[in-house]
Amino acid sequence: MESQIILLIFILVLSIFLGVELITKVPSTLHTPLMSGANAISGITLVGAILSSGSSEIVTIILGTSAVFFASINVVGGYLVTNRMLGMFKKK
Amino acid sequence: MDISILVNLTYIAASILFIVGLKMLGSPDTARQGNLLSASGMLLAVVITLLDQNIIDYRFIAGALLAGGIVGYFAATKVQMTSMPEMVAIFNGFGGIASLLVGSAEYVVSPLNNPALMGAIYLTVLIGGLTFTGSLIAYGKLSEVISGKPFLYKGQQFVNGLLLLTILLVGVNMIFVQGMISPNETLILLISLAFILGILFVIPIGGADMPVVIALLNSFSGLAACAAGFVITNNVLIVAGALVGASGLILTNIMCKAMNRSLANVLFSGFGAVSDSDTERSEEQGEVSPISAQDAYLILEAASSVLIVPGYGMAVAQAQHAVRELGELLEANGAEVKYAIHPVAGRMPGHMNVLLAEANVSYDVLVEPEDVNPIMETVDVCMVIGANDVVNPDAKENEGSPIYGMPIIEVDNSKTVFVLKRSMASGFAGIQNPLFFKSNTRMLFGDAKETVSTLVSEFKG
Repeated sequence: MESQIILLIFILVLSIFLGVELITKVPSTLHTPLMSGANAISGITLVGAILSSGSSEIVTIILGTSAVFFASINVVGGYLVTNRMLGMFKKK
Repeated sequence: MDISILVNLTYIAASILFIVGLKMLGSPDTARQGNLLSASGMLLAVVITLLDQNIIDYRFIAGALLAGGIVGYFAATKVQMTSMPEMVAIFNGFGGIASLLVGSAEYVVSPLNNPALMGAIYLTVLIGGLTFTGSLIAYGKLSEVISGKPFLYKGQQFVNGLLLLTILLVGVNMIFVQGMISPNETLILLISLAFILGILFVIPIGGADMPVVIALLNSFSGLAACAAGFVITNNVLIVAGALVGASGLILTNIMCKAMNRSLANVLFSGFGAVSDSDTERSEEQGEVSPISAQDAYLILEAASSVLIVPGYGMAVAQAQHAVRELGELLEANGAEVKYAIHPVAGRMPGHMNVLLAEANVSYDVLVEPEDVNPIMETVDVCMVIGANDVVNPDAKENEGSPIYGMPIIEVDNSKTVFVLKRSMASGFAGIQNPLFFKSNTRMLFGDAKETVSTLVSEFKG
């Protein structure tokens, strides 16, 4: 268990550094689509929600299913609106 | 092959797609494909998760996915670009509550477990809960359902301190002691406290500072997902959550720098709660010089370089399409036209750029303050449309001003400044603006859209 936690923390730390590197390169003109896109990515919690709602415990199913609902709004809405916005950015 | 290996390899592939997708957001040319890559990564992760053998019943999952998808679809296709901040705010909240529910679901199954898992659940529920209610308050303030004024009361710090202490004690009980109060009570107590924390965290912050708050809550929604990743020991949640967390923090930092304020100052100062002592100064500042649209046209017609400085007021007046048309006519007339965008113009990072993109303004004519300030003396006409605080010379000249030190677009250094303004009322932050009284400033009073349309018809005339 401990070694697994350490591995996860290792992944976390590297991901944060990677995130900082990636995001600092995004130009300010794209910051709104960046936020809505990042928002959609944070809907990844949907993965956890699906696993919970597939359980056999009734309480877990209720909690998990509600989580699936909210997270999928986040994912679908987030990606679509980002796509819509980015479609507007044109160069002459 | 063991299914769990396939699942984990797919999660790695999804993580790669998120990372490459974000990398492609580095340029407007590739950004849209980047978003598609990121979305396909998500699809991949979701589909492979559905193959999990422990899933007993798919009906609820399918129903919730469909319902959420429909809501998301309509929200994304119907939302006005001016309302983007509200939408991002509420979506942050949904991300937060989803993580809270995932954490809670795990806790209900095994409430007494090793401290590492309990700690992860504690953080997931806490961050998710405060992101949820904090985002709802931010949404309320942005859509003006709740007053945008900072809400301050006596003993605020005491109440907050007490709340944080209680949250800490619940954490100690949940992670280490396990059993001082029953698991169900612990969970309900923690969720309630997290909700209250979110409300008390955002409610004292003024409407003008909401861009910072949304960026921060964006980061929190990522961190909540990240914590949920620790709960279910899932790498893709940790990677994706950390990317979002980092993104939100960087944007928060950019916003704070653009206002020359620390994050602590934004969060805890109740900025704009008391109108400052500058109000009486306004009388000594002299008179403003109004100008008619017809006279303004004559000056614009002779100008060889024009800088347009849009603010949120332009979007409120729905003037962006008229502004773009004016810009094109000026270019046809031989002038060089640029748009200077301050990082805090609009109500979220990059908001103004999206509003101009929607009005078909090419993104390569959008410039940042540091690009344009050094050459401001060479600009013939600056048109300030619905912007106020971001062009306020007090930020450079008046040490007593609440915005002193904030980087601004130094339009007062250009040859002529037109300020399009409805009236002499002060800006969103409630601060007087001496720009209006400068000798090279001319006020174009009236509705921005009408004024710009008049200018357009003069050009066509």
